[in-house]
Amino acid sequence: MTPTFRKSVPWLTSIGLFVVWELGCLLLQVPEYILPRPSASIMAGWEFRDAIWMHAVQTLYTTVVGFGIAVVFGVLLGVFVGSSKAIYDALNPLLIGFNAVPKVAVVPVLVMWFGIGTVPAVLTAFLISFFPIVVNVATGLATLEPELRDVLRSLGAKRRDILFKVGFPRSLPFFFASLKVAITLAFVGSVMAETVASNAGVGYLMMSASSRFQMPLVFAGLLVIAAMGIIMYELFSVIERRSTQWAHRGQQGA
Amino acid sequence: MADAFVDLDRVTLRYGMGDTLALDETSIKIARGEFIAVVGPSGCGKSTLLKLVSGLVRPSSGNVLVDNKEVDGPLKIVGMAFQNPTLLPWRTTLKNILLPLEIVEPHRKNFRKNKDMYIQRAKDLLATVGLSGFEDKFPWQLSGGMQQRASLCRSLIHEPDLLMLDEPFGALDAFTREELWAILQELWTKRPFTVILVTHDLREAAYLADTIYVMSKRPGQVVEMRRNTLPRPRTLETTFTEEYTTLVHELREHISAVRAA
Ligand SMILES: Nc1ncnc2c1ncn2[C@@H]1O[C@H](COP(=O)(O)OP(=O)(O)OP(=O)(O)O)[C@@H](O)[C@H]1O
Ligand SMILES: [Mg+2]
Repeated sequence: MTPTFRKSVPWLTSIGLFVVWELGCLLLQVPEYILPRPSASIMAGWEFRDAIWMHAVQTLYTTVVGFGIAVVFGVLLGVFVGSSKAIYDALNPLLIGFNAVPKVAVVPVLVMWFGIGTVPAVLTAFLISFFPIVVNVATGLATLEPELRDVLRSLGAKRRDILFKVGFPRSLPFFFASLKVAITLAFVGSVMAETVASNAGVGYLMMSASSRFQMPLVFAGLLVIAAMGIIMYELFSVIERRSTQWAHRGQQGA
Repeated sequence: MADAFVDLDRVTLRYGMGDTLALDETSIKIARGEFIAVVGPSGCGKSTLLKLVSGLVRPSSGNVLVDNKEVDGPLKIVGMAFQNPTLLPWRTTLKNILLPLEIVEPHRKNFRKNKDMYIQRAKDLLATVGLSGFEDKFPWQLSGGMQQRASLCRSLIHEPDLLMLDEPFGALDAFTREELWAILQELWTKRPFTVILVTHDLREAAYLADTIYVMSKRPGQVVEMRRNTLPRPRTLETTFTEEYTTLVHELREHISAVRAA
């Protein structure tokens, strides 16, 4: 496979999917209010571009803010959890339990506390996305090779030394890997909250479009969310590869 | 021997809730600058012995004295190297070797000020083990044997009085291993430090050590102590002498006896 071909593969598969979707709808004569053709969705997207732009900016904003809080909180909690076996054992069941609660069930609670609007969406994005960050940071810190720990301790290294010299650099790849997962989850959280408890954002736009049976516009909203998810994921992939090259040595053929 | 540098006096160690007796009343005395080797069956407590001497674990009973002081916490005068080189993959070879100097006092305090000197020292050490020119390579760009050489440099950079080696050459091929024996001997001759070498390789023990301890199956005890009077420096030629092969054979017989027991 030549490099240019490899680069174009994801584009080709995406375009292929759209072609299959388009042709399938045409051949099977699927009515538009069930599954609109991609061309219709894109046209609807173009027609309502101003509204979509406004709502997309709102969604991006709530997602990024929620994600930002998740990063800060997730790193702090992850360092805390990963720094000792006892804390890890004590907090792990709680974290797993919390993660198992469907966040859609939390949205009404948030609405009761903060009212309809941006705040519940930001908080839902935060709540849904901090868990993978905590788990990854904690794992990176907790899985230090015993021999390396012995080498450092026998040199008289303090806990802080071990954390700064080994713990943090070691958990960096884990951290970046979790960011990719967390940002896509943050989109899930904010859009979910927007559909039930907001009057702005792509989630709200889709909800109101579907109540007016504008299915092409609903799908245009879906495409916009997917595109934003892909862009953010790729952004964090690039940052990950740049900053933790040593952890990806196998893939460079180095 | 009143002037023992490392003195283990009837040391017993139980792991966990006391169900695993790893070492049972083991006594070893090591003089300053002496090179000892410990051989014995797997699981007999050799690695445990190193941890006791370096203060990483405390004995259940008995005393561990280093330099006439009771060991009551991690010692700061030791260097350690293991079978697994444990280099940090995000640091270059040179930076890996400098790591102890960033941690151990008084180097830590002076690290910024003396950085050039320390880098020169690391480069000299790398040259001794044949790694000149690899300073800026990352560990994953080195072969296993090269990583092990770097790990040896890291264990020596802060000029420790006591070097602990836990099967450091265990994963290497025979040629590289013999080469590293010679290098280790050379380093030790230049600046004598006390060495405790744990090994499964009896030829290695006979090549390097002044004294060889044979341990029993778990719970570990010293069952035999052999002085090794082969002249130094020992070379590959030494390994073909009758004295050397006899020593290796005798050690071999001890081990067989211990394993059968
Ligand atoms: N952290 C630990 N907790 C509980 N038991 C341990 C621990 N470390 C070692 N042991 C037990 O103590 C005994 C001695 O272990 P040690 O690692 O000292 O053996 P060894 O002689 O170094 O073996 P090998 O040659 O295989 O490396 C073993 O039976 C082992 O199971
Ligand atoms: Mg061992």
